[in-house]
Amino acid sequence: MFDFSVITCWIDNLLRVEWGLPDFWTLAIEFVLVGVALLTAYALIALVLIYAERKICGFFQCRIGPNRVGKWGLLQVVADMIKILTKEIIPIKRSDKFLFLMAPFFVIIGSILTFAALPFGLGLQAIDFNIGVVYILAVSSLGVIGILLAGWSSNNKYSLIGAIRSGAQLVSYELSAGLSLMVAVVLAGTMQLSEIVEAQSDLWFIFKGGIFAFVAFVIYLIAGHAETNRGPFDLAEAESELTAGYHTEYSGITFGFYYVAEYTNLFIVAAIATTMFLGGWMPLHIPGFDAFNAVMDYIPTPIWFFGKCAFCIFMALWVRWSYPRLRIDQLLKLEWKVLMPITLVNLAAVAVAVTM
Amino acid sequence: MIENLKQRVLTLCPSAKMMGEYEESKMLTIEVPNENWHELAVSLRNEKDLQFDYLQDIIGVDDEGRLGIICRLFSTTYAQTPLVVHVWTDGRECPELLSVSDVWNSANLYEREVYDYFGIRFVNHPDMRRLFLRPDWVGYPLRKDYDMESNPLVLKNEPVADFERSERLELDSNGRIKESSFQLFDDKEYVVSFGPQHPSTHGVLQLRVSLKGETVQRIDPNFGYIHRGIEKMCEEYTYPQILHLTERLDYLSAAINRHGMCLLCEKALQMEVPERAVYIRTIFDELTRIASHLLGWASMCNDMGAITAFIYGMRDREKIMDIFEETTGGRLFTSYSVIGGVSQDIHPNFQKRVKDFLPYMRKMLREYHTLFTNNPIARQRMTSAGHLNKATAIAYGVTGPSGRASGWHNDVRKIEPYAAYSKVNFNEVTDTVGGSFERYYVRLDEILESLAIIEQLVDNIPEGDYKAKTKAIIKLPEGEFFERVENARGDFGIYVNSHGDKSPYRIKFRSPSMALVSALDPIVKGEKIADLIMIGGSLDYVIPCIDR
Repeated sequence: MFDFSVITCWIDNLLRVEWGLPDFWTLAIEFVLVGVALLTAYALIALVLIYAERKICGFFQCRIGPNRVGKWGLLQVVADMIKILTKEIIPIKRSDKFLFLMAPFFVIIGSILTFAALPFGLGLQAIDFNIGVVYILAVSSLGVIGILLAGWSSNNKYSLIGAIRSGAQLVSYELSAGLSLMVAVVLAGTMQLSEIVEAQSDLWFIFKGGIFAFVAFVIYLIAGHAETNRGPFDLAEAESELTAGYHTEYSGITFGFYYVAEYTNLFIVAAIATTMFLGGWMPLHIPGFDAFNAVMDYIPTPIWFFGKCAFCIFMALWVRWSYPRLRIDQLLKLEWKVLMPITLVNLAAVAVAVTM
Repeated sequence: MIENLKQRVLTLCPSAKMMGEYEESKMLTIEVPNENWHELAVSLRNEKDLQFDYLQDIIGVDDEGRLGIICRLFSTTYAQTPLVVHVWTDGRECPELLSVSDVWNSANLYEREVYDYFGIRFVNHPDMRRLFLRPDWVGYPLRKDYDMESNPLVLKNEPVADFERSERLELDSNGRIKESSFQLFDDKEYVVSFGPQHPSTHGVLQLRVSLKGETVQRIDPNFGYIHRGIEKMCEEYTYPQILHLTERLDYLSAAINRHGMCLLCEKALQMEVPERAVYIRTIFDELTRIASHLLGWASMCNDMGAITAFIYGMRDREKIMDIFEETTGGRLFTSYSVIGGVSQDIHPNFQKRVKDFLPYMRKMLREYHTLFTNNPIARQRMTSAGHLNKATAIAYGVTGPSGRASGWHNDVRKIEPYAAYSKVNFNEVTDTVGGSFERYYVRLDEILESLAIIEQLVDNIPEGDYKAKTKAIIKLPEGEFFERVENARGDFGIYVNSHGDKSPYRIKFRSPSMALVSALDPIVKGEKIADLIMIGGSLDYVIPCIDR
């Protein structure tokens, strides 16, 4: 396995020793580099996902999808991005201007902060907190503030209904999502993401953890999918009911922020599920099959990571394009009467099983 | 039977006057003075042996200087002769009639329409507002003395009040009329406006919905955003021209509406239509019905958030559009039926393509059930909301698949078979529960029945002419003519009052969609916003048909 920390260490060494920069400037340059790398990854992932969703959804619906701009429509998303950047931001009468413009930033910052802690590959992790899981849960739920603010400040009844729906939905599903991740924490015995991945070096939790890990994985996928506000959980947006829900009044790049955040959130949920249950960047290792394991190690770790993410994302797309939208009472019933009790029992059971 | 009914009506209301030629037209036409009208209406509705519980339409007329209404009544319990009641006002200055909206719920909107067009005010009507035209419209356009110049085109935006006020006329104990006005929605109500520009109102319909949280308290439909004044235009047009306008009412049942108008003219002219044309028209009607139900299914799925299902429905509807295009050149508006037959013969490929389509559609229906009907979310949502019982369906005049899902056997193809429907075997698909799921399912089952009808006809199209010879200028004889056909949304009625000219003196189309929207209020009370949209989809109304 190639350790990407070789590259990062080389840069660090170059700055400190070769060029002899003081600590402050070394760190400053490194921060900027990491920031640029993450933001680029952020934008690229969003673009790729938007294209992938449009193509995959096209095939689900017996259509071709974008095919005019560039070969196979590859440049369509870039063209759309340019369009959205040049569009006018329409000011809304009697809206709370400050909150209205701040709301998209909450949404986008919430998802960028999550990126910092994700292990994209061996040695490809910006910050490795010892409470990584709690950090990820904390920052990824910042998004709900942005949605509530958007609904409140827009001076639009659809937006308000959408935002309130979304508030109820996200706060509820946060519980199941968080608690089902705790199953992986119990299995690994740590909250540090790198160590959780390391703990899956012999076999991924989804196989090693038996029924508990499988149940937790499925519930996390459902709850995480609900947190991304995408169909069948797109009540906050609910195109056919609330036109566009909480972002009805947004235009131009402010809308673009919501749009991009939706896709990166989709990626983040897949990435967390991958890290916690599917071994993150860890190649598939089966105890006893050393030759097989060695071959698997030749595949670079980011490919493992993104491949597993792609699998989770495909599942999400599949569900989204086949299921009708839930109603608000069905949605809350599903969480509080089904997912939540199962998660709690599952967590208690796995705790007992691990201690025994 | 007609004689019995005549005697019965005379005992209930001795002042009623019988009007001519009722035996021939198979309906009883009476004239009732305004003072007795409400009383008679109550008896007609409630007497055990009469039970005229379905008010099909109220038609406003301005005939020979008199203003009045024509009500068309049917009984759903007995195969009674339909009753046509004329009620005239006293004079034109301040015409008032007694409202029957407390007897038949469907009268509510019909009377508002008459007020809008003729200025007849209905005493005891709960909400006497204009229905289609703007509140500041001057004059009543369907009166014969209406000045066409009285409403110049307004080119600037005016501020619009959030909630307009409405009027109410009540009779006090002394028999005097008391006028009062009220505001439609309370200032404290949380009113959300759905439409006229909204993805799920299926056209430019505005629904003002009073909400409490997510729960719908009350709903006020606001029509007129696509009002083209088709009935007024028809008074200037010749009958062959009117055919084109009928297509533009319910654009999804275009061929069926047009067929209805042709039938009316042929009946009035006592014209024989070649068998070949009758068969072709029936096949076209059924193909149109399938196309419409497919779109209805698709858009209902879309309303519930299943976008893939929407595309599937559109994809299969496209096949029918292609079949239409090959024979007629038109897709949505085929302009195919003409008075006396059809405009040209079918394309040589037509029969083969239709026969290919039948098994394909059956296969696709099974796929629809796998994709959507048996989906747990969809099923739970559809079965848990939007119940309409049979009595309410009849009272609001909810016909078509929506009414049949409530257990009301109202299929005009069965009650008064026209075209080739008496020659084919098909079932009238009904259900008893009347929920959203039943409306949804009845529609899909009707596609199967339509396929069966087409299957029986397509190989047996008789040889011969496709069109009977007609005069260059078609003039209908003097008199009143009624015709009803079953379009994809229900009972599509046409009334023509002819003075023997080449254009009608008064024409009225009964919109089945209007009844569907009027029934929205009792159905959605207490349901969630998401259900309001779903129920709208399950009723499957078409707005241009309402606004005309």
